[in-house]
Amino acid sequence: MDFLVVFERELLTFRRRFWRYLFSGMVNPLLLLTAFGWGLGRGIQLEGVSYLNYVVPGIIALSAMNTSFTSVGVTLNISRRYTKTFENYLVAPIAAHSIVLGKVLGGVLRGLLSATIIILLAFLYGAKININLAAIATILITSFLFASLGMLVGMIIWSHEDMNTFTTLFITPMMFLSGTFFSLQGMPAWVASLIKLLPLTHASLCLRAAMLGREFPVVNFAVLLAFALSFFFASIVAVRRSSE
Amino acid sequence: MIRLDGLTKYYGDIRAVHNLSFTVEKGEVFGLLGPNGAGKTTTIRMLTTLTKPTSGRAWVAGHDVVAEPLAVKRSIGIAPQHLNLDGELTARENLEFHAKLYHMPRHERGKRISELLGFVELEKRADDLVEGFSGGMKRRLLIARALMHRPRVLFLDEPTVGLDPVTRRKIWDLIRSLRSEGVTVLLTTHYIEEAEQLCDRVGIINEGQLIALDSPANLKRKLGNFAVEVYHEGRAERRFFPTREEALEYGAEHARCKACDFSVRETNLEDVFIELTGRRFE
Repeated sequence: MDFLVVFERELLTFRRRFWRYLFSGMVNPLLLLTAFGWGLGRGIQLEGVSYLNYVVPGIIALSAMNTSFTSVGVTLNISRRYTKTFENYLVAPIAAHSIVLGKVLGGVLRGLLSATIIILLAFLYGAKININLAAIATILITSFLFASLGMLVGMIIWSHEDMNTFTTLFITPMMFLSGTFFSLQGMPAWVASLIKLLPLTHASLCLRAAMLGREFPVVNFAVLLAFALSFFFASIVAVRRSSE
Repeated sequence: MIRLDGLTKYYGDIRAVHNLSFTVEKGEVFGLLGPNGAGKTTTIRMLTTLTKPTSGRAWVAGHDVVAEPLAVKRSIGIAPQHLNLDGELTARENLEFHAKLYHMPRHERGKRISELLGFVELEKRADDLVEGFSGGMKRRLLIARALMHRPRVLFLDEPTVGLDPVTRRKIWDLIRSLRSEGVTVLLTTHYIEEAEQLCDRVGIINEGQLIALDSPANLKRKLGNFAVEVYHEGRAERRFFPTREEALEYGAEHARCKACDFSVRETNLEDVFIELTGRRFE
């Protein structure tokens, strides 16, 4: 149960910074909801629903991604390179998987907070979406996936600049391309299949289906789970290898 | 308590540590001396399982550092060179968190924390965030944290670097009191007088290799207990002799010219270091 100790430490700063996290976490969703949901989306229908209802699951998915990736990746990078506090975990008599699980759960918590913020804001904007078990499971797995990716990238990348480069090259394009803002239906097949290589695509497909009451795409959920587990185990290996 | 056998570390083509072998006995305070970049920190990193050796073996508290890292981690405490306390936590929380990572039972934790905060004189700041601490306070808390789980072996990497003389002496007192408790201490320093004050034995390493190992007194005796410095045209030439008489005699003989001066003093460990490494350093 060592991961609980690691998680508890994350919980401590989470509690201490809750209001800061809450308010800073509201800025991006407000901008996105205003620009796309309300500004652009008025009167537009997509896949048979209002654009606001269409885009909210996408915004939830991308925010869960951004928050959980950054909260784990950037802080890990700083704690390895600048404050060196990550060394305290490495010299402690606990296993690599406990470190990773504790840190990743910290990121999941942050992802959940940001998703909750958007859901509440979306209701204020008048979105009609369902919150059900499938939606919650998708948000959880998405946060877990990107928190694990943050862990993996944070373990591999050393310089802060490269961390930013990774975000620019992979995270930001995913935000816009993964079926978050537009429908993949009617895309050329090769474009759609490229987009399906991105993990966030599966998150937004699952979340949209769950929240709009459509049939839940089990295959996409399985792919999401596979990505999450691969990143999670890869980051355990990365932590183990850090002593070489 | 600590044993190194041919310990070697390469980073790519760069040889950081080469064929290091020595033993540190239980309850000993052992100093690892060397100029910057000599391989002191790399050696500590290997002994504390943070870095794997390229070849050779090492045992700490009877456990192989490569084969049984968890057993090694359980028996050691580390105060690294960089002050890697968690600035977002208070002093007490730092110790509490550390205790949990080392599986200390709850009923022992609180008592040990107050005991250690008293020991390093930080009781009054116990519930302040570490971020606002001075360098000396952080250094003391770092040592308290390393001692939290009652390790049998303590690694101190440059324990007094950047501290004022008063704080430095406080830390020396801390280390001395550890010896009386039977803790084995391996410390690195490049302050020679620190090693002379604290260590039962010192190993001097240069360019990753061990070039001398003995007690400070023996090292000085081998070189000659008395040093003569003859000043000539602004430069000091240094020679060593076993007795004061021989030193004086040499000085008088070589300081012939009026402008020349000489002094005789007891040899210190810094002389040994400079003779061996061929470098003067601060």
